[in-house]
Amino acid sequence: MNALLKHRLTWPVLALVLLLVLNQLFRSDFLSVRVQDGHLYGSLIDILRNGAPTILIALGMTLVIASRGIDLSVGAVAAIAGAVSCTYIYNSPDPTSLRTAAIGVSIAVVAGLALGLWNGFLVAVIGIQPIIATLVLMTAGRGLAQLVTDGQIISVSNDPYQAIGAGFFLGLPISILIAVAAFAVAGLLTRRTALGTLIEAVGINPVASRLAGLNARTITWTVYVFSGLCAAIAGLMISSNVTAADANNAGLYIEMDAILAVVIGGTSLAGGRYSLVGTLVGALIIQTLTTTVYTLGIPPEVTLVFKALVVIIVCLLQSSKARTLLGKRKRPLTEQAEVKVAV
Amino acid sequence: MNEIVPVVDMNNISIEFPGVKALDGVSLRLFQGEVHALMGENGAGKSTLIKALTGVYAIDGGTITVMGVQHSFSTPAEAQAARISTVYQEVNLCPNLSVEENILLGREPRRRGGIHWREVRRKAKDVLEQLQLGHIDPGSILSSHSIAIQQLVAIARSVQVDAKVLILDEPTSSLDSDEVQQLFTVIRTLRDRGVAILFVSHFLEQVYDISDRMTVLRNGKLVGEFMTRDLPRMGLISKMIGKEMDALAELEEAESRREPDRSERVPFVQAENLGRKGSVQDVTVAIHAGEILGLAGLLGSGRTETARLLFGADRADQGQLRIGGTARTLRTPRSAIDQGVAFSSENRKEEGLISDLSVRDNLVLAMQASKGWLRRVPGHTQDQLAEKFIRALDIRPANKDALIQNLSGGNQQKVLLARWLITNPKLLILDEPTRGIDIGAKTQIQKLISSLASDGMSIIFISAELEEVLRLSDHIAILKDRRMVADIPNDGVTMEDVMTIIAGSNA
Amino acid sequence: MSVLTRTPAPQGRTRISRLQGKARYAPTLATVGLFLAMFAAGAIMYPGFLSGQVFLNLLIDNTFLIVLAVGMTFVILTGGIDLSVGSVVALSMMIAAALLQAGWNPIAVIALVLLTGATFGLLMGLVIQVFEIQPFIVTLAGLFLARGLCYVISVDSITVTDPFFTAMAQARIPLTGNLFIAPGVVIALVVVAIAFYVLHQTRFGRTVYAIGGGESSALLMGLAVPRTKVLVYGISGLCSAIAGILFSFYSLSGYSLAATGLELDAIAAVVVGGTLLTGGYGYVLGSLAGVLILGIVQTFISYEGTLSSWWTRIVIGALLLAFILLQKLFSRKVKLT
Repeated sequence: MNALLKHRLTWPVLALVLLLVLNQLFRSDFLSVRVQDGHLYGSLIDILRNGAPTILIALGMTLVIASRGIDLSVGAVAAIAGAVSCTYIYNSPDPTSLRTAAIGVSIAVVAGLALGLWNGFLVAVIGIQPIIATLVLMTAGRGLAQLVTDGQIISVSNDPYQAIGAGFFLGLPISILIAVAAFAVAGLLTRRTALGTLIEAVGINPVASRLAGLNARTITWTVYVFSGLCAAIAGLMISSNVTAADANNAGLYIEMDAILAVVIGGTSLAGGRYSLVGTLVGALIIQTLTTTVYTLGIPPEVTLVFKALVVIIVCLLQSSKARTLLGKRKRPLTEQAEVKVAV
Repeated sequence: MNEIVPVVDMNNISIEFPGVKALDGVSLRLFQGEVHALMGENGAGKSTLIKALTGVYAIDGGTITVMGVQHSFSTPAEAQAARISTVYQEVNLCPNLSVEENILLGREPRRRGGIHWREVRRKAKDVLEQLQLGHIDPGSILSSHSIAIQQLVAIARSVQVDAKVLILDEPTSSLDSDEVQQLFTVIRTLRDRGVAILFVSHFLEQVYDISDRMTVLRNGKLVGEFMTRDLPRMGLISKMIGKEMDALAELEEAESRREPDRSERVPFVQAENLGRKGSVQDVTVAIHAGEILGLAGLLGSGRTETARLLFGADRADQGQLRIGGTARTLRTPRSAIDQGVAFSSENRKEEGLISDLSVRDNLVLAMQASKGWLRRVPGHTQDQLAEKFIRALDIRPANKDALIQNLSGGNQQKVLLARWLITNPKLLILDEPTRGIDIGAKTQIQKLISSLASDGMSIIFISAELEEVLRLSDHIAILKDRRMVADIPNDGVTMEDVMTIIAGSNA
Repeated sequence: MSVLTRTPAPQGRTRISRLQGKARYAPTLATVGLFLAMFAAGAIMYPGFLSGQVFLNLLIDNTFLIVLAVGMTFVILTGGIDLSVGSVVALSMMIAAALLQAGWNPIAVIALVLLTGATFGLLMGLVIQVFEIQPFIVTLAGLFLARGLCYVISVDSITVTDPFFTAMAQARIPLTGNLFIAPGVVIALVVVAIAFYVLHQTRFGRTVYAIGGGESSALLMGLAVPRTKVLVYGISGLCSAIAGILFSFYSLSGYSLAATGLELDAIAAVVVGGTLLTGGYGYVLGSLAGVLILGIVQTFISYEGTLSSWWTRIVIGALLLAFILLQKLFSRKVKLT
């Protein structure tokens, strides 16, 4: 078991280390972290801070994918969360107070939970394929966010709210602390209880799980609600970081980044066994890649090309088929047929 | 006897998988116009040999000669080009397409401007009529037909491609006896036309009914080739399992039934006219503690459906159900489990195993599900339970961390049994617990069932093998055409008695 | 045991299967019905809606989406998905604009763009097939790659001034009365016709359906599964390139952010058109109807005037949901019969 886990994480960790070394070669101060005004600064901290929304969303996505699902709506949910909180703060009589910020945040969190409930309802109760069920919200979600903001970019100036994405606590960016806390909670929740195993059981064989007495519906529902929650918090981070809600562009393509992070981290899109640590590494790889492109002085828009290449390389490395092909060409057809027949 | 050249001559075939020698110098000859049975226990190498002949596996040693030409197939298409067709247990056709398309897919007649659909219809009709299957509408969608019809369509396809060799891999395992007879009629028609037929089945009677010759494998090695009429059943069995009659003797032992304890007057489960539209009707049974109820009936008669109703896997919409003396409505398996009912499905792979999880995770799954996700069964308790049941049921390999998908069918079945035994159910419903597993494991499971009943557990036992039902059960509920037609105490009931009831009752 | 009489009544079966044969068309018929109902509703609500030109404008404004939906139908019928189409449209537009700016012959440009699109699709198909990686992930990489390559060509938008392209943009083909269409409509409808022919009259097309019905079955039946699977992505890539050219005719420019999220519209159109996302069931004509429905939603919102543009997205989402629920109902019915 340990060997398997190690095996799974070997490549992603190696890729991350390589990227970091590459950066260090081009910019000698890359790995250094310095203290300024009691706050930590440096490229590594930036990577963590900018990656925090992706990490959060990927965290929720991991559990959804493990349950044999997928959540395409997270970007839209993040946009809605930012939209409702900023719109509330903007319209409130006291737009700078802590209380207003707290209420705004609560509204966003409730919205995220509600949207997660909605996705979970479509998947678990109506029984729609997850990719399709969440496609609905992915399609309509940004329209809803625009409906909330009335098509405007809503700017707010509320210090407590701004702290979520840009503030520091004990020298560390608050967004990182939130992401770490979410990770710890998710880890404890899934591995100290039986939730993790049960999610995997549902993901591997939903029919057998039901017949074993598992309440698959509750479990499926739980993971989508959790994913909605993560997306909402990520949406708060994003909007707080720019102190504005942009219904069109907040969290654009973040669902893709999150899914990539999960896949790079070694969790199969087919559901079943998952690795939260793997997802963390995957999200960091994606964020480091973006930073690397800046470091190398390449136009930032071209990051997408590199992202595509990383996806392809990582998937090829993880594909057992590719390994067999690269290794010895021992009857490739055999395994293919066997796997498919077994399904 | 002059030397006839075989249609297929597989000589000295070897196939290796990483760490396993699946086939070791096995030979197989198929002649024109014969039905040849391929026999062996699970793991003997039957399916590997078939896959070598159908191009799914490449061979590592030996030669395959088909009609005088040596081949080394590397895709199913190549084997089909050599006029070898295969019909698998799980029908390998496309459910979304019409019957006619499934018969002609990939070889549709064409004319200028594309597929000649009228000609497709004509050819399909023609083939179906040749097999006396003219009642099947060629334009109907395949998924609208029963598995049996779908299988016959698959055979029609092989006739259409003018196959010289037809491989039937467990074709009868989901057919009832009528359908089997219909299938055999088709097989004989094809045999008389000179097709060489390779027949694989777990049902001994069917093998003796249909085959002319047989090849027996054991542990990936060839035991021999025999004329069916020269090899008595006992001889065949001992060649398959490789040891003398020990296992068979054990099988006999299980026959000594114990008296059920009927001291408790209220039956644990009592169903009255329980039913569900489109599933099964008129289920009226009473099961006391320590009793074994056998469900008999042909395949499709409603045995599994009955089990699913009593387990809440399907919701009943008629009749009453009392569990432990109280009226209950079972909406989900969960609610049945809470009443002490457990159900082990006939469909191990799809409805039982969590393939990517370990033996231990699979073992404690039902218990964990009962406790809910918040209260995790502590790790050391899991380990203890796993070790205890691995020992008690002789599960091999005795490794609780092994992935369950790597175990043999019999051992997987034991794990699934143990999954429910851990929860200590009052009623255990076993749907085909002994299907497709080797004789050794089968005996162990039968013994286990007897001893569980002796300890006071109620058991519903479902098996396609009527003799097995008769041997184990205290009383027998008989189903026909999705209706329960009788519930008789098992005091010297014979197979003929049951068959008479099934044949005689007009449900 | 052979004394038992045959239980299944053959006649009952054929009746069921005939019913089911019709049920196959149910989602597509619902789409066409919905379109007609919406058109009728528009005619009642707005003066001037009930005109041939309003209908033809639906086609004119959505030529590229029609072609995209056709390619997407092939992919989805096999049970796959192609997320890259929007980006490939943008890439096609960028290549065309850049080459035209450099003074290339427009016909050569079009040929090269189509070749690039088809090759791009084929490469994705090869990766999916040879390395057995999920289509979702591979085409996601394709989405990133194509979009990134747009920026490599140019970060700014490039205007197309080529006489052939501007002529195509302005050309109108008169029909009877005062009605007219654009050349792009003819191209799109030809693509639909060819796709219909290929899917229903060629072995390749039938193999596409067979793969959607059961890939391992199709493989064991000796069908050319690997080749077909690679080709459908090639077709989708080719359609994306054609759509890119049509979009260029429409917008006369190339810019890197063009057609963002267009893959969602294409998928929505295919689903609303009655194709099951699990593969095996659906028709290319349904996808055409699906595009027209998306188009009419937009027309409605522009006629309404008081509704803001974001309602389009919300309504499309709601339609998607409605059709998914309909499909769910349909497949449940099939199971019962």
